[in-house]
Amino acid sequence: MPELSTLWFWLIALMLTAWAVLDGFDFGAGVLHRFVARTDSERREVLAAIGPVWDGNEVWLIASAGALFLAFPKLLAAGFSGFYLPVLFVVWALIVRGVSIELRSHVVSPLWRGFFDTTFMLASIAVPGLMGALLGNVVRGVPLDAQGFFELALFAAEGAPGVFDGYALLCGALVLVTLTAHGANWLAWKTEGPVQRRVLSVRLPLWLTAFGLWLLAALATSRVAPDVMAAFPRRPMAWLGLLLTLRGAVATLVERRGEREPFFGGVAFIAGCLVTTVACLFPVVLRATGAPALSLTATSTASATRSLQSGLWWWGPGVFLAAGYLWWVLRHFRGKVTAARDGEGY
Amino acid sequence: MADPLFWHRLQFAFTIVYHYLFPQLTMGLALVIVVLKGLALRPSGELYATAARFWVRVFGLNFAVGVATGIPMEFQFGTNWARFTALTGGVVGQTLALEGMFAFFLESSFLAMLVWGEQKLGPKKHFAAAVALLLGSWLSGVFIVVTNAFMQHPVGFTRDANGVFALSDFWTYVLNPWALAQYAHNQMASLVTASFVVTAVGAFWFLSGRHLEQARLNVKVGTFAGLVASVLVAFPTGDLQAKLVASHQPAALAAMEGRFESGPRAEIHLIGQPNVAQRRLDNPVGVPLVLSFLAFGRFNADVKGLNEIPERDWPDNIELLYYAFHVMVGLGTMFIGLMALAVLFRWRGWLEKARPLLWALMLAFPFPYIANTAGWMTAELGRQPWLVYGLLRTAEGASPNVHSGSALFTLIGFAGLYLVLGLAFLFLVGREVLHGPEASHA
Repeated sequence: MPELSTLWFWLIALMLTAWAVLDGFDFGAGVLHRFVARTDSERREVLAAIGPVWDGNEVWLIASAGALFLAFPKLLAAGFSGFYLPVLFVVWALIVRGVSIELRSHVVSPLWRGFFDTTFMLASIAVPGLMGALLGNVVRGVPLDAQGFFELALFAAEGAPGVFDGYALLCGALVLVTLTAHGANWLAWKTEGPVQRRVLSVRLPLWLTAFGLWLLAALATSRVAPDVMAAFPRRPMAWLGLLLTLRGAVATLVERRGEREPFFGGVAFIAGCLVTTVACLFPVVLRATGAPALSLTATSTASATRSLQSGLWWWGPGVFLAAGYLWWVLRHFRGKVTAARDGEGY
Repeated sequence: MADPLFWHRLQFAFTIVYHYLFPQLTMGLALVIVVLKGLALRPSGELYATAARFWVRVFGLNFAVGVATGIPMEFQFGTNWARFTALTGGVVGQTLALEGMFAFFLESSFLAMLVWGEQKLGPKKHFAAAVALLLGSWLSGVFIVVTNAFMQHPVGFTRDANGVFALSDFWTYVLNPWALAQYAHNQMASLVTASFVVTAVGAFWFLSGRHLEQARLNVKVGTFAGLVASVLVAFPTGDLQAKLVASHQPAALAAMEGRFESGPRAEIHLIGQPNVAQRRLDNPVGVPLVLSFLAFGRFNADVKGLNEIPERDWPDNIELLYYAFHVMVGLGTMFIGLMALAVLFRWRGWLEKARPLLWALMLAFPFPYIANTAGWMTAELGRQPWLVYGLLRTAEGASPNVHSGSALFTLIGFAGLYLVLGLAFLFLVGREVLHGPEASHA
């Protein structure tokens, strides 16, 4: 029943997009943290801007992995085992990021806090960079075998493919810079004073770099994966994605005076990029570099119909609840944030 | 060690054992906090409010490390157990996806509100945040236990010609009788951990002559919950669980007891060392008839020994399984005795002067962690050599494309990362306990 697997494909794409736009600004804040906030109180302002939401935002990734397990177990198996080391690097970075945010302000000591400020930054750079590189690998393709598994060295060498090659690094840079710019939008919205001033001074260059990298990545994609690019004109969702991307890009540039408008522009840009990408890939979920028939597709990796059906009746209520919690937290957390005092808050 | 299977198993075992040190306190402590905060809602409940605030601070630290160490669990199915994932995702993926959607969002959205939001929310909404954390963490337990119960006692599924599992009936899968017994047993064990920790902190304050009012409250709540939970974890929940093992996993039961010969009127062994090569239990000290009765409810019931089971279906680490089971049961029995004594002393008003007993209560808190770990080791070692009992062998589930070098590399990485994490956690919780129940200013 191909329709059900198509539906799940888009549901999971939606969940991963939610992760990118929500947790994305947490990562961006982490990248900027040490630069836009100089004093301890300024650092705590940045942490206060993401503290109450980062954990819930991260759950979109964990829940996506759970949904992949349910709906496309063969994709999860092939992708995670084939990208064994980079996936576990992401896991380590997520652990360090979370612990850094949560433990940092418990001790009044410049050494303790400085240590976690740095680990927070490094982990916040690592996750988007690695995820971008992995997305690049999915688009470029991996050496899948007839059993639907693959092995891939970390570093590309002369003639031999690797997880980290030029194209993957370009994709990693695109995601890293975009999410940093997205984080700048969030911080510009939630902070004021010196932190906001410094954020505003780097925001435009960050977005311009992101747009430049986006163009470069589009050009590079047409070279490393020409058939993915060739699918574009025939995919309505890809056109919708491109429209979102462009509308978002314009909003981040034009509506710079507002606070939430540029932020939602960034959301549209990120969501648009992801929608365009997956719409061009569909029905392929992991491209093979060898024979195209070896590529994993939504249909070939999907669970049995009964499994997909029973997941559908709770998916809607689940997402509704998750959105409700987020709304509740944001409602208690509107307006500008202030740095917490010692012994309280992030 | 060229066989990667060993390293995959060791890494999963290490990361899950370490992870579960945190949720076992989270779940039990969430219940304690909800009770304390509920009592604090009454007029003149300030004493309870102070106690709740202290435990919320510990809860926040414990939860943070629990979340961090929980991430690898979700990912390692795909990275290290790819064949298992590909074959069973249609079934066990159901509950793992449900956990993300219904437990993790709930917990993580309200955690910050519980830990830092008391002023902002006011007493009623803050109480609601505590209830959300209780609900979320106990739901998470439901989904994990149902997943594990499928591996122990598969129900509600079909298999196609390629061996791929699919769900046949959602409710049969979720309402697995194994899951019901295991969940009840596990949650009570989690409450044992939390109540021992609460009691230990109270006993510590008593013995150091500080914060006496709060010490009294903690010991009161801790010993009461501790006695109730210690009894319930053994009977009826542990008993139910053991009967299920006896009827569905005879090889596991035989190995847990170091039993090689079959026969009626089986004795239960209190002490002894399994000698697998000679197929006997060395230096056994046992009580006749008890195993037959506990396993099947009749003194003359026949209990199978390992000799009757083909060796390829034996659990592959009989010695460790035997000791894990005996450590769990031995400690569990002592918990009932210790908590009964403490409750008796408190009721008679002797406890605050009984320093040896307070010392015992203070030093006892690590043992429920050991018992919980030993219990899960019993469940998981007893399941061997199967991933899905009787259907899919452990060796058939590992990733085909991840070699020993990669697996050991990440295992070493986890060990290093978790060492630092554990030290930071102990340091921070230790500071809270030393600082005492009053509001801390870091």
